[in-house]
Amino acid sequence: MDLINPSVVDLSRFQFALTALYHFMFVPLTLGLTFMLAAMETVYVVTGKQIYKDMAQFWGKLFGINFALGVATGLTMEFEFGTNWSMYSRFFGDMFGTPLAIEGLMAFFMESTFVGIMFFGWDRLSRQGHLAVTYLVALGSNLSALWILVANASMNVPDGAHFDPDTMRMTFDSFVHVVFNPDSQAKFVHTSVAGYVTASLFVMGISSFYLLRREHRQFAARSFRMAAIFGIISTVAVITLGDVLGRMDYEHQPTKIAAIEGLWHTSKPPYEPWILAALPDDAKQESYFEIGVPYVLTPLITHSFNTPITGMRELQEQAGPRIESGITAVAALKRYGETHLAEDLAIFQAHENDMGYGFLATRHAPNQDVSGMTDEQLHTVVEQTKPDILPNVFVTFWAFRLMVFLSLYFFVIFAVAAYLSLKKQLERYPLFLKICLWSIPLPVLATEFGWITAEAGRQPWTVFERLPTFMSASSHGVGYMLFSLAGFTVLYSIFIAAELYLMFKFARLGPDSHGTHEPENSTPSLSVIAH
Amino acid sequence: MAGFKARHMVGERRSIMDLYTILKLVWAGLLCILLIGLGLMVGMDMGVGTLLRFVGRNDAERRTALNIIGPHWDGNQVWFILGGGAIFAAFPTLYATSFSVFYVVMILLLFSMILRPVAFEYRSKVDARLWRASWDWAFLVSGFLPMFVYGAAFGNILQGVGYHFAWSGQYFQDSSFFSYLLNPFAILCGLMAVSLSVFQGGVMLMMRAENPIYARARGYAQTAALSGAALFVIGGVWIRNVRGFVLLEGEPGMPANPMRGQHVSMEAGAWLHNYTAHPVLWLLPVLGIFSMLAGAAFVRANRPYLAWWTGLGTWIGTIGTVAGAMFPFFMPSTTNPDQSLTIWNSSASQYGLTCMLVVALIFVPIILSYTAWCYYIMGGKVRTENIVNDTHSY
Repeated sequence: MDLINPSVVDLSRFQFALTALYHFMFVPLTLGLTFMLAAMETVYVVTGKQIYKDMAQFWGKLFGINFALGVATGLTMEFEFGTNWSMYSRFFGDMFGTPLAIEGLMAFFMESTFVGIMFFGWDRLSRQGHLAVTYLVALGSNLSALWILVANASMNVPDGAHFDPDTMRMTFDSFVHVVFNPDSQAKFVHTSVAGYVTASLFVMGISSFYLLRREHRQFAARSFRMAAIFGIISTVAVITLGDVLGRMDYEHQPTKIAAIEGLWHTSKPPYEPWILAALPDDAKQESYFEIGVPYVLTPLITHSFNTPITGMRELQEQAGPRIESGITAVAALKRYGETHLAEDLAIFQAHENDMGYGFLATRHAPNQDVSGMTDEQLHTVVEQTKPDILPNVFVTFWAFRLMVFLSLYFFVIFAVAAYLSLKKQLERYPLFLKICLWSIPLPVLATEFGWITAEAGRQPWTVFERLPTFMSASSHGVGYMLFSLAGFTVLYSIFIAAELYLMFKFARLGPDSHGTHEPENSTPSLSVIAH
Repeated sequence: MAGFKARHMVGERRSIMDLYTILKLVWAGLLCILLIGLGLMVGMDMGVGTLLRFVGRNDAERRTALNIIGPHWDGNQVWFILGGGAIFAAFPTLYATSFSVFYVVMILLLFSMILRPVAFEYRSKVDARLWRASWDWAFLVSGFLPMFVYGAAFGNILQGVGYHFAWSGQYFQDSSFFSYLLNPFAILCGLMAVSLSVFQGGVMLMMRAENPIYARARGYAQTAALSGAALFVIGGVWIRNVRGFVLLEGEPGMPANPMRGQHVSMEAGAWLHNYTAHPVLWLLPVLGIFSMLAGAAFVRANRPYLAWWTGLGTWIGTIGTVAGAMFPFFMPSTTNPDQSLTIWNSSASQYGLTCMLVVALIFVPIILSYTAWCYYIMGGKVRTENIVNDTHSY
């Protein structure tokens, strides 16, 4: 089998990671801020108080600046599966394309159509009518996340499809299995509430800025309180669902969970420590400077006290027979493509479940062809392929830890924020307000680390145990890749500069920049703020 | 049509249409509708973008022009995303192959498409000459370039592109950027798509703007309709000499695998075979030309609403003409014609197509009704003085 130039695969991966991480700088804020806007507007419609309309319009303006980039960079993602991951898209598109198309039909269309009315329709709709539009935007953006994560989950746990040797691809066979994929539901809630955390801290941070400068105090205090409450609930949810996701990985992706925990050897319950920090060495397959908390790992992952968790070295040894069987499968599949003989098909079907491991081995086979190897060659190839089944432990381990440490930090911040704002003592603690302000980018960072954990942890596969990443890319020249990478770098740098400039500009201007805003009472008393 | 003929020659006997074949045909039809919708709606916004610097001579006029499509461009752009999504789901092999074959083109298209949302959102938020002038240029590039590429891609597909598959289904590319994009026939098709988009954008401006924007848009729309008609006729004559493809062997109900069960030959003028076999297809190019001429006449008569609907006829006529010529081919391969992508060998599975059809039947009517509602809510003339005083506008 011809292999794609490994540096083109690396460049394709780099480009996908770059554009996905960039896209995900804007998505979480969209997910969360839409619901906060809807909540603000609901209070406005119910109470009729102008200040809540001002809040919805002002935060709506900042939402718009962010939304534009979320939409624009999302386009890249839809393109890249086709432009850079041709084999993946052909191999898995029968199933993977469906949730993506549903996302367009059900969610993205709704969100994009109504967002125009949300910005432009304030004077053309009744209050209730406009509120309904805002809710539809919020619903649309969150449904969009749902379908994207359903698609992503199917890469991690490819339920609802089987490989068909006559079409040489995964054939979609169960919509229900795709939608109710164990991975997708937990992943959706985990990711969307991570967006709510981001939005809460965004609103809280900018409100802190006004409180520090003693500007728009009533406006800022109300926004802050709403965000703090929204934030504490979301953070609890994000941590809970993160735990659920960990269990999913434990059941379905043992290599990912072992890499996340830096577990080179099978755990010894109940003492086995949860490693707080370490320096994993992927080449030597061990970790240095481990600092752990004893007795924590087993209950954390398995929700029991005596179940061992298989370590990476054991996992790669266990993979040996699967690699060998996979090699038989791939060789039979190739013969079947030429001969269409029932006996080749029968051999393939007997080893079908290990086919992905056979593909994984092609890299090490003579002439990149696993058929017709001698026993000695077979043994060498199997040995060489074994370590390939593990993801990069250093990246997976640390991305996960940074995400967890940040989410614990958010829990503390929101707890203090909720307490202080309900007690109306915020302005007495300027240092805390400063911390809130400077923490605005951290939830985005935590979400990115989460994404890295999920994606790096799935390696070496694009479709778990079915299709290796190195086979998935399009066979472009290095020149093509450099061209597109250079373009993305230039364009995306301009975008982020423009977006930050506008965000700072409008955040500094504050809610008064809106024509509708009525000047605040010049001496706001705390009792006013309380309402 | 060639597919059916071929099957009789091979002499196999099966029911004319099994369910899988019908589903493939339905989705190929839906794909055509999406491509038409995309050309019409996205093309209209892009036309406004292309014309922006020419119909608006000062900032207030340009803002008026932008706000005419302001509330809708985002929804319209979804046609584009939906087009991509539908190809991915219904014809995954076509999506995987065409997007990679046209890599440089697709990346340029993508850059333009992501520039536009940002330009809309950011342009009028800062009151500085250089800032706004830069975004106006961004509108010009991101309006002209994607439509050009959209048309040029059709031109290239008609001539066939170079790619083949290995036994594993791994796709390999055999031709480079310069050997397929920059050829005269593709450039002609690209310019034609630009003409249609400028026409539609100009008509939209006429519908919603007052003088002086109205008068300028009228001039551009008229020229665009006439040049579109001229290019279409030239392209039609030219295609007689373009090398076409003939499906000699290939079952409509075959498993969707481009590596097996198909035999294809190349011959000049083959794209007219379907027209010879089914003369009724000539109605499509006639509809295209007639619509363009009628569009020019309506614009001249100051009837922009009628002219807008001729735009629909134009897109049905042009996309329909190409589809009629190529059926059942999607994207022929020049380096391994037997692996050419057709409706039959590049579709999703029967289950996948059925699923998507159910979803589309539920959601497309919903989408059409709320899109119409949004136009109703935001309808009426856009006046320059309202734009400048309105804090919500672009």
